[in-house]
Amino acid sequence: MFRNQYDTDVTTWSPTGRLFQVEYAMEAVKQGSAAIGLRSRSHVVLACVNKAQSELSSHQRKIFKVDDHIGVAIAGLTADGRVLSRYMRSESINHSFTYESPLPVGRLVVHLADKAQVCTQRSWKRPYGVGLLVGGLDESGAHLYYNCPSGNYFEYQAFAIGSRSQAAKTYLERRFESFQESSREDLIKDAIMAIRETLQGETLKSSLCTVSVLGVDEAFHLLDQESIQKVIDTFEKVPEEEEDAGEGDAEPEAATGAAGTGEQGGSGDQDVAPMEI
Amino acid sequence: MTMELWLEQEEEADRETFEMTFMIPIENGHGVKNAEADSQRTLYPYVTGTSVVAIKYKDGILMASDMGGSYGSTLRYKNIERMKAIGKHSLLGASGEISDFQEILRYLDELMLNDNMWDDGNSLGPKEVHNYLTRVMYNRRNKFNPLWNTLVLGGVKNGEKYLGMVSMIGVSFEDNHVATGFGNHLARPILRDEWREDLSFEEGVKLLEKCMRVLLYRDRSAINKLQIAKMTEEGVTVSEPYSLKTFWDFKAFTNPTVGAEGSW
Repeated sequence: MFRNQYDTDVTTWSPTGRLFQVEYAMEAVKQGSAAIGLRSRSHVVLACVNKAQSELSSHQRKIFKVDDHIGVAIAGLTADGRVLSRYMRSESINHSFTYESPLPVGRLVVHLADKAQVCTQRSWKRPYGVGLLVGGLDESGAHLYYNCPSGNYFEYQAFAIGSRSQAAKTYLERRFESFQESSREDLIKDAIMAIRETLQGETLKSSLCTVSVLGVDEAFHLLDQESIQKVIDTFEKVPEEEEDAGEGDAEPEAATGAAGTGEQGGSGDQDVAPMEI
Repeated sequence: MTMELWLEQEEEADRETFEMTFMIPIENGHGVKNAEADSQRTLYPYVTGTSVVAIKYKDGILMASDMGGSYGSTLRYKNIERMKAIGKHSLLGASGEISDFQEILRYLDELMLNDNMWDDGNSLGPKEVHNYLTRVMYNRRNKFNPLWNTLVLGGVKNGEKYLGMVSMIGVSFEDNHVATGFGNHLARPILRDEWREDLSFEEGVKLLEKCMRVLLYRDRSAINKLQIAKMTEEGVTVSEPYSLKTFWDFKAFTNPTVGAEGSW
């Protein structure tokens, strides 16, 4: 989108009824590296691509535990994401303390959305530049929500946000109907395969992705590298038959039968601001 | 230090909207206020209710209390319902200051209203209400302004039976049978001997009536007009008031001074 005279303030409407600053905040989410969430009846898996500033530095943390039964994956300005994660942890622990009972994730996301909305209606604030995939449990089972800088939230069976997330979304769109009844293992496998879609040809290695699981009988935790690599090994050997055509993506998908010798080539986000990962 | 800062924040909060947020404390430069609200502290109760007794049984919880409100030693009010349903799943019984009980009912009313307004398939069950009440009672105790009640909270949710108690100083626990006030001394020993996991409804009522009868004989603030409440998965019902049959023709009652001439 292009600059116009209505985009300076978050509190200025455009004549067509848009708040451009809010939309620009949503652009920031699209620049972050991909994060993916999927859920079944009883489990939620959150996965993300690890991005490091350079080879010298470690990668940014994009998945946070909010409580035993709630986790969040972020994309966009990680600083904003960290602050919101702390808010979520605070809300969750306050509820636990008062009621000795886990905060239903559906109520947490509403609190989060209301907090984000405030920033779209104050002239001295700016919207949070981070999208959050919140996975958690409540009385009615497992849920996955996406919280947007605009203050909207949506519930999903599966979703992907961040750069090249469209490739992952296409993959998920083909498979989502089976997720509700999926087993935990299949769900994890689908998450990692969706991650692979966003890598667009880079070889998938466990060092490139972070995967987390939570379930009705399983507290939120990150999977260790070995478990992830094991899942990758089950499908990386088989050459892929399907061609993935991401929206507007001209790059053909490279054959994925690599034996792990592929290098992590320079990714195409030269224009990513250093604060966004 | 942090407790005082936090209490400070609590005092600022409007009493009508009882905020139950316990923020991770931050320095904010406030000094600690004196307890200048001395005239606002609860010093002693005025209109009080006596014991409440409750047990778990096969299908849920049974709770009994009489309908008396004493004004000191006068049995002034004889139609006070000391047990009230809270939402779909819980029942609250209280002994102690009746006006404080009504205040607690107001808090819970607001709590349940907000819970219902979410309209999202989640609901506060007896465990959550019990813990909320524990927080309320303990916080008031910390401010030297207690709600002068001992509360019994029972209910059934998703097949799980819950029965707990909170005192005016914030002591809180769960058990298979609980009682307040004199009930602790007169009813609990009976329940310890005779309570079983799989009591039927009739057996449970009989057991409670046995306890209430002893209390009627021996507790001077008890009256012979009681209600029994039942909580099961289907819901909460409070019975109509009724009386227990009593027997006063025990030999010891007919001629009490037979063993001690000259006494009365």
